Amino acid sequence: MKLNKLIFPLMIALTATLAVTGCKKGPTRMTQLYGRGQGGIGDGSGQPPTLNPGPQFPGTEPGPGTKDIPPGGGPTADWDPFMYNQDRSALAANTVHFKFDSAAVLDNEQSNISAVAAALSNQNLKLIIEGNCDERGTEEYNRSLGERRALALREALTKAGIDPLRIRTESFGKDKPVDPGHDEAAFAKNRRGDFVLCTPK
Amino acid sequence: MKTKPYFKSVGPIATILLTCLFASSTVNISQAQNGHISIEGSGEFGQKPIPVSLEGFSSEAAEVLKFDLTVQGFSFVTPDAAQYLIHGSDAGDVSGTVTDKFAKKVILSRGYNGANPRRQAHAFADDIVSTITGKPGIAQLRGSTAKIVYKTQPSGNGPGEIYIADFDGKNAQPITSDNAIVAKPAWVPGKLAIYYTSYARNNPDIFFHNLSTGQRSIIASYSGLNTGAAVSPDGSRVAMILSKSGSPNVWVCNADGSGLKRLTTGTEDSSPCWSPDGQSICFAAKINSRRRLAKVSANGGAVQALNTTGAPNPTEPVWSPDGKWIAFTSQTSEFDICVIPASGGESVVLVPGQNPSWAPNSRTLIYNHRLGNYHQTLSVLDVFTKQYKDCARATGSNSEPAWAR
Repeated sequence: MKLNKLIFPLMIALTATLAVTGCKKGPTRMTQLYGRGQGGIGDGSGQPPTLNPGPQFPGTEPGPGTKDIPPGGGPTADWDPFMYNQDRSALAANTVHFKFDSAAVLDNEQSNISAVAAALSNQNLKLIIEGNCDERGTEEYNRSLGERRALALREALTKAGIDPLRIRTESFGKDKPVDPGHDEAAFAKNRRGDFVLCTPK
Repeated sequence: MKTKPYFKSVGPIATILLTCLFASSTVNISQAQNGHISIEGSGEFGQKPIPVSLEGFSSEAAEVLKFDLTVQGFSFVTPDAAQYLIHGSDAGDVSGTVTDKFAKKVILSRGYNGANPRRQAHAFADDIVSTITGKPGIAQLRGSTAKIVYKTQPSGNGPGEIYIADFDGKNAQPITSDNAIVAKPAWVPGKLAIYYTSYARNNPDIFFHNLSTGQRSIIASYSGLNTGAAVSPDGSRVAMILSKSGSPNVWVCNADGSGLKRLTTGTEDSSPCWSPDGQSICFAAKINSRRRLAKVSANGGAVQALNTTGAPNPTEPVWSPDGKWIAFTSQTSEFDICVIPASGGESVVLVPGQNPSWAPNSRTLIYNHRLGNYHQTLSVLDVFTKQYKDCARATGSNSEPAWAR
């Protein structure tokens, strides 16, 4: 990009010099300048650059540029969980774990995200993500942290191509530990997002 | 009486406060208009308790008087060391006198009948507090013993019920029977009505519960999180945490759930509370990945972070009824109850515990602290002397108390 900015004035200067000197044999030395016609941004044609369109999401208009996914995957879904059978075992192996006091989805959890996304290839299925915390942190703080963990997973699934409106979130704060212990091993198990697969009744 | 042996205060401000306190706690005796001698306590942190002696009462009345007076800044000593002598009887009805030892004068002499001895003792405690300090006691509210609402769980987590009890934990009774996870009960000021979070419909929703009629309604059941209801001082509005827009934030609505408005847009908010003038809301926020307390106008606008110097990871703010203080929970390796001036600043670290809620006197807090590995128990604390008393615990783990106003 920086080169490009240099190229244009240089070209003009070169042309001007040639015009003034009136050389008819052409330049004796050519300096190869990079960036022209080589796929950089701006191809020297004077036309605006063309960008690859970003992934499209249901309910959004296709347009130029990458569409930002809002935090948590955007406004929450309002389908009624009572209209679905809730299968807690189907995706039990794909539970995602978090670092202490963090809602960031770790890179090594991507295989679980992909597995959950694959399970949702049947468009009739919906998903509840349950966010949970370890016992460190106050009750209502953890209720918000658990919700943000669930929303972070919803956002990751949205990036994997799943319609966020198929996904509900539910935070249990520190009210639903899988390990009742009070040590780091128990805490690590309890900081998690569980996936509940929902099939129409 | 369990008094914390240490003073875990912080920084130079606390030292200054302490110095002021010792200066101002030199007893300022003035002739009150009603003919009683009263002390005008300035009410600041690190105060020495007012020493009183107690004689003539049976175990239950004595227990009530000791509880009520301890959590309002009095300590119990021998008559020799006392500034005031409390003497009386509960044979039949409660009656008693208070003698000012320095003025050599009886400043209160009163008998009580009706209700029951416990209630009579609470009434005597209130008269003792108002006679000696000139400020109303906190043991009674609108014709009964002051009430609290809180959650009870059979184990330290999971399903439970909402309970109501006297502020000392006595006369506890469940007011729900959903066997669902419940959270953060809140009183409607001046009314026998509460809001709370319940998972009874398999989602954290906010319920309104009229305790006179038993009628319930749901005021917020949006997809995602609905929790942390806090009622405005005039009872007309409710602040709460909703995640319907994709992150847990502070929203306000009318008492019936209508007129919903989003106030904040940060990553992760919790525990809103109202200023006593109803103009501002203080809440726990996440700013640059750090837990902070913050304020926002109740009508919306810019969010302003509050300093809680010396108290890391603040959450659960509650504004004192007189507007001067914000109490909150700080988290290090354990949880501590702390207080800052309402504009933020140096924290005074008080006692281990969580979930503070102010009594109407702006000096007494109810909160919960750990009891063994699995349970929480309620406790009442006088912030200016750091004296506290554990409440009676009927069953299970008790937490998230709120003092009726």
